[in-house]
Parts: sequence; structure tokens; C-alpha cells
Amino acid sequence: MTSGSERPLRAQIDAIYRDEARRVLATLIRLLGDFDAAEEAMHVAFSRAIDRWPATGIPDNPRAWLVSAARFAHIDQARRTQRFDASAHRVRESLYPTHGETPDQSPDVHDAVIDADIPNDDSNIVQELVDDQLRLIFTCCHPALAESAQVALTLREVCRLTTEDIARAFLVAPQTIAQRIVRAKSKIRTARIPYQIPSLADVPARLDAVLHVVYLVFNEGYLARTGHSLTRADLCVEAIRLCRLLRDLIAEPEVDGLLALVLLHESRRSTRVTPDGDLILLEEQDRARWDRALISEGIALVRRALSTGRVGRYAVQAAISAVHAEATQPSDTDWQEIVGLYDVLCRLDDSPVVRLNRAVALAMRDTPDVGLRAIDALLEAGVLTSYHLAHAARADLLRRLGHYANARAAYRLALSLTEQPSEQRFLEQRIADLPARDQPVT
Amino acid sequence: MKYLCLIYDNEQNWDRLPKAEVDAVMAGYHKFSEDLVTSGKMISGEALEPVHTATTVRVRDGKTITTDGPFAETKEQLGGYYLVEAVDLNDAIQIAARIPSAAMGCVEVRPIMSFDTP
Repeated sequence: MTSGSERPLRAQIDAIYRDEARRVLATLIRLLGDFDAAEEAMHVAFSRAIDRWPATGIPDNPRAWLVSAARFAHIDQARRTQRFDASAHRVRESLYPTHGETPDQSPDVHDAVIDADIPNDDSNIVQELVDDQLRLIFTCCHPALAESAQVALTLREVCRLTTEDIARAFLVAPQTIAQRIVRAKSKIRTARIPYQIPSLADVPARLDAVLHVVYLVFNEGYLARTGHSLTRADLCVEAIRLCRLLRDLIAEPEVDGLLALVLLHESRRSTRVTPDGDLILLEEQDRARWDRALISEGIALVRRALSTGRVGRYAVQAAISAVHAEATQPSDTDWQEIVGLYDVLCRLDDSPVVRLNRAVALAMRDTPDVGLRAIDALLEAGVLTSYHLAHAARADLLRRLGHYANARAAYRLALSLTEQPSEQRFLEQRIADLPARDQPVT
Repeated sequence: MKYLCLIYDNEQNWDRLPKAEVDAVMAGYHKFSEDLVTSGKMISGEALEPVHTATTVRVRDGKTITTDGPFAETKEQLGGYYLVEAVDLNDAIQIAARIPSAAMGCVEVRPIMSFDTP
């Protein structure tokens, strides 16, 4: 047992809850085969710890103690309600394979039983816990679940955000999130989505879904598509935490790439809006305030990901972000390099938005005219016509060319297509700043 | 665990297919069914006659009302099914992905409700 330290025991237990609850829960979901039963058992285990540890001291391996206590709590619960359904039976069998019969500890399990249950081999426990976290992530991000459900379930079960927090962050009613989570859990149970790490052959495809969830969580926090809320920053923090966890668990260049991407964006998050929540463009941001530590970590990760030769779209997007991060002032930006990276990205992920970004980079490398022709070609193809940023980018190039009347029309069109208040204010300001008359052709 | 794989395909596309291609798809189905039986995962499977042969039946106020056609007009029609025994949803998805029509139309995978456990 650990000897008493300076900190009060209750504070130590709270710290253990903060650090270990996610891992304990992941393991319990595997052992009990049910999300809700695992949640309940974990809470019983923690309240038992609060009761017992003042007398016994904190055990050497509190995590294993909690898992064990929770398993017994689950058995107790099953016995008390006399609902020895198939799953409880399975758990009992796995707990007492040789005894056959459960020792009678009702209603409370003795500490000795819990202690005896804790495995001695620590390395196995560590590997098991790693695997349990991965199992949980892959189950929450199973492609058979709707994307919105994957996001909600991951934030709830892996990140342990409350339903209310998730609802606030996504600006939807808590009941909506609760319903998504309940439905997803029900599908996992009823359709039998397995609680397992995918086989090696399936990992790349399944990892894609997991990385996409992390990407969506970060984006939602970073871009704040609608409204303005402080909890948005929490989403960025959670996405980074999730991504770091994934990187500890899976050695894949795209995990490095995505972590680099989110870190490099995070490095300038505080400079992209004014204290009033107004948008500040990349070229107008105070680069001295960019977080250098995050940038160096991000750049090191990009290099590592690119050096593997298995280049994915997250790594390339991160590389583009790194080129911006390396420029101490906007005029130092290596647009040649950025256009080249967008060419690579187009080959990996040929989406209209990527092509739009490439067109903007082209305008910077060559002339606004070149970029404008590229954007017009995209709009003529019809895919981006309702995307406000396409019209905003077009307006900006028209403004730089001195075609103010056309620029005004394009800004207005962009304005009509966005609901985000800070973007609306930004576009209104751009319109107000436009000179009344077009620049004469010289 | 049992899953029903419902096969949806556009009947008109099917009608337009040249005979050689129809034969190739049918050979694919034959092979798939054989493999499924060999793996011990086949419970049953049937192909359905086209939707224009369908009759939809409702009973209202004790009266039987029949209408011509399927219950809903959709772009893709239910054309057959396999009832399979699979370990879990991943296994069922792998089976469904090998059904030839998955490459043209789609396959809906539904777990069969179990009344054994409370």
C-alpha cells in the first residue's frame, strides 16, 4: 500500500478518477460487454474506493483494484436483481472458471477477494489496457454507425464528456445527443458490432473512420460553424488529446499527420479571432503570438510522416500548414511549395474544396487573374455554387484586381450563404471597405 | 447470430444488361451461394420475381385491401435475400459485401430479433 502523502486522500482519489476513469471504463466495457453496465459498475467501484481507501490506504495498483471491484459490483448487482441473464453468466464463468460457483460475498465483496483477483503481471495489464482503449475507439467509430453518432459516442465514452457538454459544443439539444448515443449503443448491442480491434488487413480502412472523427471534432471546435461558444475550445483540446492517445497506440504515418495538422492549427487558434469574436485572416494574424512549441512539435511530426513515403491527406494538409507556420511574415510564404503540396493533395483527395484552396494558392504564386480563372472554372462545374468561401475567395481576387462592383456582388453572395456571425461581420466589413468605383484600367 | 441480407437492385438496369453479363452475374451468385453453404453460414436464400408481380396487402376494419405493386416505389427494388449465420456484424458485412449485387445495387443487413434472452 502506498504510504499517505501530503495530499488529502479525497483529492488523491479525485486525481485517480480524472486519470483512470477513461481506461477503467474501456476495460469494463470489454469485460461486461455492455456500455451502461460498465458505467454503473465503475461508479460503484469508485464509491467503494472512497469508503475503503481511508482505512486501507490507496492500493499499489488502483486501476486494477477499481476494475476488479467493479467486476464484483456487477456480479453483486446481477445477483441482487436475480437477473442472471446470459451476459452475467458469462462474466461469472470468466471470473470463477475453476470454482464453478460464485463465493457468497453478498451484499458486499471483501477486500481480500478484490486483492486476490488483481493479476500480478503488470506488463500484461498495461498491454490489456492499451488494447481496451483501442477496442473502445474502434467500436465507437464503427462505420456501421452514423457519423454524427460516432462523434457523439466517442466524445461520451472515450473522452468522457457529458451529454450536456457535447450538446453545448455542437449547439444541439441535449436530448438529440442523448438519443444519438442511446441509439448507437442499442445498435452496437443488437446488431452485435464487435468490441474488438480490427484485424491488421482492416486497420487502414477502419483507422480512416477514427481519424475522420478526430478531424470532425477538431474542425467543429476550430471553425465554429454556427454561433460562438467558449466550449468550442474544449473540442479542440479533446481532439488533440484523442489524437495523442491514438498516436500512443498506433504507429501509422496518418496518425502523425493528423496530430501535426491539429497542433499546427491549434498553434494559431488564439490569433484567428479578435476578443470580440471577429475573424482575422491568416495574412493579418499576429504571428509573434503563434505558439512556437506546438509549431515545432507539429513540424517534427510532419517530417516524420512524410519520411515514411506513405503519404496521406492529413500529412499533406499538415505540410501545407507547416509552410505557413514557417513564414515569419506573410510575404515570406513559399507559395511555390504550397501549390506543389496542393497538387499532391488533389491526387490523394480530389475534392472541390481542395481545388478551391489550390486556386487561392495559385493566385498567390502567380497573379489574381490566374486564381480567378481557376475558381470560375470550379463554379462553372456547379459543385461549389452554394459554398460561401468559394464566393468570398472570388470576391477577394476581384477586389485585388480593382473590379470593385463585381467584388461587391460576390461578397454579397458569400454573405447570403453563411450563418456564422463572425464570418458575416467579416464579409460586411469587406463590403464596407470597398471603394465606390472600379479602378480605371491603366 | 442470424442476419438477413436484403438485396436491392435496379430492375431496369438488370433488364438492360447484355446476356453475357447477366450470365456472369448469375455465375457469381451461384459461386457465392456455394461458398456460403461450404462455410456453414447459409441458412436460406431466395431470389424474388420482379416488383411488377408484387401485391401489397392491408387489412383495415376487418377488410382485406390489396394494391398492385410493392409497398413503396423506390429506385432500387428488393430482389432477393440471404439468411445467414454470422459471428457478429463485421462478419455479416463481409458476407454481404461478397453478394454480387452489392457491386451494383446495395445490400441491407438486418439482425434477426432474438426472443431467447430477456
